[in-house]
Amino acid sequence: MNAIELNNVTKSYPGFTLDNVSFSLPTGTIMGLVGENGAGKSTAIKLIMNAIKPDSGSISVFGVSNRSSEFTKLKQNIGVVLDEACFPGILNTDDIDKIMKATYINWDRDAYEKYIKHFDLPRGKKIQDFSRGMKMKLAIAAALSHHPELLILDEATSGLDPMIRDEILDVFNDFTRDEGHSVLLSSHIISDLEKICDYITFLHKGKLMLCEEKDVLLDKYAVVKLSRENFSALPEDALIRRKETSYGYDALVLKNKINSAFTPEVTSLEDIILFMAKEENK
Amino acid sequence: MEIIISNANNQPIYEQIYTQIKSLIISGSLKEGELLPSIRNLAKDLRISVITTKRAYDELEKDGYIYSVAGRGSYVAEKNIELMQEANLKEIEEHIRAIMQLASSCNLTTDNIIEMVKLISEEG
Repeated sequence: MNAIELNNVTKSYPGFTLDNVSFSLPTGTIMGLVGENGAGKSTAIKLIMNAIKPDSGSISVFGVSNRSSEFTKLKQNIGVVLDEACFPGILNTDDIDKIMKATYINWDRDAYEKYIKHFDLPRGKKIQDFSRGMKMKLAIAAALSHHPELLILDEATSGLDPMIRDEILDVFNDFTRDEGHSVLLSSHIISDLEKICDYITFLHKGKLMLCEEKDVLLDKYAVVKLSRENFSALPEDALIRRKETSYGYDALVLKNKINSAFTPEVTSLEDIILFMAKEENK
Repeated sequence: MEIIISNANNQPIYEQIYTQIKSLIISGSLKEGELLPSIRNLAKDLRISVITTKRAYDELEKDGYIYSVAGRGSYVAEKNIELMQEANLKEIEEHIRAIMQLASSCNLTTDNIIEMVKLISEEG
């Protein structure tokens, strides 16, 4: 079963179209949504949460159409953390507890207390005096404390230091120890996604560039550095993207199409995505 | 149980898991009937993909090293360890034969080869 499924979803704004996008997030896995600013990541997330309506196409969450009345109930089962939206600055962690208790049937005060302690968040202090990292941790604590089965996070780790980001990734990693738990997280910090995702979905200018298992991507593609002479020896069907430098070529290639005369560099997910984004370099 | 996943290794991650668990079974570090960590926990502990870990377990099961019981987990299969070791011995013998053939084509004596083996094994 899929936790999230998008079928041919299109949404147009003046100057931007999320164009006929389909992908699915299998239950029990973590999917990373990659793309430049304005690629359509947040639009996709808003569409999934039914905060905006698609022009065409359909979306289902745990097999239920997100336009049906059943989805309203299902939202109790989803934890959402958005990039900008945070709790009103005048509240403190205890106020959040009271508000969330009234909002979520499954609100678990003990779990919330545990996360507040785990994240080392100050009690009694107003949220407006929190650092960005503390605000984000609070939002994640609140999203997890009503025991959701699906977590959706929009840029939850951006603007945070590497230590806090790693701590947050660990929480997501542990969350998916339960095979019923799934995570969709968008980020432009690709190294974070490489660390924990099972699937990578890459949006570029509103179009779906790829949706693939992370390890398959890393096994399939590699960067090679070539002199001009060696570049011409590269099999045509191996070449995906190329970048000419003053001294030769950097090329993204299919690993299984090159022979052992070409030495692949240690290639990160970020390298692959950056090459893919440059369509003019085909 | 020790498993080391290396990103600098050219071997795909699922193969790294497959070979390491297989050699733990053949060497007897993992005993017949022993419960393996669940796919999910192994993946999360090693911080690798669940799908990749599942692929490794599927391969191990296909090749008869482990078996899984729905809802309970994966166990080391009751396989004749002696037979597996015997298969390895046979493979080693075949490699040695190939080495001898190559060696005779360039006039190396058996002693030369033994010397080479010693040198290489000292390199670790």
